[in-house]
Amino acid sequence: MYSEKVMDHFSNPRNVGEIDNPDGVGEVGNASCGDIMKIFLKVDNNVITDIKFKTFGCGAAIATSSMVTEMAIGKTIDEALALSNQAVAEALDGLPAQKMHCSNLAADALHEAIKNYKATHG
Amino acid sequence: MKRIYLDYNATTPVRPEVLEALLPYYREQFGNPSSVHWAGRQVSGAVEKAREQVAALLNCAPAEVVFLSCGTEADNMALKGTVDALREKGNHIITTTVEHPAVLETCNYLEKTGCRVTYLPVDSDGQLDLAELERAITPQTILISVMWANNETGNIYPIEQIGAIAKGRGIRFHTDAVQAVGKLEVDVQKANLDLLALSGHKLGAPKGVGVLYVRRGTRLTPFMHGGHQERNRRAGTHNVAGIVGLGKACELAMAERAATSARVRELRDRLEQGIFARVEQVKLNGHPTERLPNTLNISFAWIEGESLLLNLDMKGIAASSGSACTSGSLEPSHVLGAMCVEVTLAHSSTRFSLGPDTTAGDIDYVLEVLPPIVQRLRDMSPLYNCRQQESCAGVDCTIMQKL
Repeated sequence: MYSEKVMDHFSNPRNVGEIDNPDGVGEVGNASCGDIMKIFLKVDNNVITDIKFKTFGCGAAIATSSMVTEMAIGKTIDEALALSNQAVAEALDGLPAQKMHCSNLAADALHEAIKNYKATHG
Repeated sequence: MKRIYLDYNATTPVRPEVLEALLPYYREQFGNPSSVHWAGRQVSGAVEKAREQVAALLNCAPAEVVFLSCGTEADNMALKGTVDALREKGNHIITTTVEHPAVLETCNYLEKTGCRVTYLPVDSDGQLDLAELERAITPQTILISVMWANNETGNIYPIEQIGAIAKGRGIRFHTDAVQAVGKLEVDVQKANLDLLALSGHKLGAPKGVGVLYVRRGTRLTPFMHGGHQERNRRAGTHNVAGIVGLGKACELAMAERAATSARVRELRDRLEQGIFARVEQVKLNGHPTERLPNTLNISFAWIEGESLLLNLDMKGIAASSGSACTSGSLEPSHVLGAMCVEVTLAHSSTRFSLGPDTTAGDIDYVLEVLPPIVQRLRDMSPLYNCRQQESCAGVDCTIMQKL
């Protein structure tokens, strides 16, 4: 059902955890659909220098969260905003069709965290 | 890697004795039991023997056993066949909110054709209020359909009491006994049943064979046309090998059920007590005692079921989940929804269903690998830190209920 890359990120997720005093935090999803993703950012000079996630969700939700953190780290805010859910899914060699709509929200969580950073850091 | 199968409510391996009994009917005895010649005669005897084996297990007459393709077909035939045959008598069906989709979705369909269906609610343990069932009966009620045991929670429903109510009110009574047959004593006379659905592959027979028990004199419109098989009740060439296998599986169940159930119950209790002792913040879904001896449905707060199943699978353990993600729908289990299980707990529900081949070693292995998996997923969950002080109990009903 899942690609090898998904299973890799699911079983060895990168950048799990929280950041103390983050510059931005974003949360998307809701309990009723079974996926909640929370992303924490450290931003220095407009570049994402650290990123961590916490996710409640299925295999796809955890793997996309892990993947988006890998893709975003070292990117500028604008580059990170250009990352789409679709790009995350593609980087994982695709997701099962039924997961595309409900569990593929990691880029949205990243964008929320950036929005939060912008709102709090002018 | 170890391979431990704890999903017997989904399906069971064909038992070796069953396989041995059915194999000759693919080659040596390949005839069509409807044929008059030697090849047909050889085989028709085998079908009739299987009919007797099934009848003995259910305590009915062999002529009351209709072979068909699966439990879902049996439920469809019971409901649609009744509605059509009793059209002039009424159009109201009483069932429950926790039925298998084979009953629920058939009822949804029948509503579109003009039937009225009452879906009885259950309490937080998943049990019915029989007073509510009695209140739901109207002069238009033509059928009560209540499952014998629930596939997700294992809850057992008071079929004998419901049978007495139905008989007293002169209403036809059907049960989906797919999860009960082979695990519990199932006696259609004691329960006053008119119709009962069972499925072969849940009790060690192959997939593709089922039975609808139809009490003598029960008018039922057949919906498969094109042959005179099964006394004109179900057209289509017999699945001879499957039927022979089902007969053998019923014979084995008759001889071994009580002992197997007692052994399986001990292992299930060991798993249940072991999980409660090793993992905090877990919730049993289902009734503490009125439950199939092999089934344990449990929610691990703050984590999602599919990710738990995938982790168990990586350790060789096969279980199942009421999480939406594993069912292909957006909503978690309708059964847990009907029981008002809090929505994140419903997403985290995990079902272990044991079988005759389960060993104490299997259970101890699960108890060894499960707690660290749960902890790892909890450490990853945004719900864990902020809410771990809250209790699993006493939460509001937050699942969207379809019915």
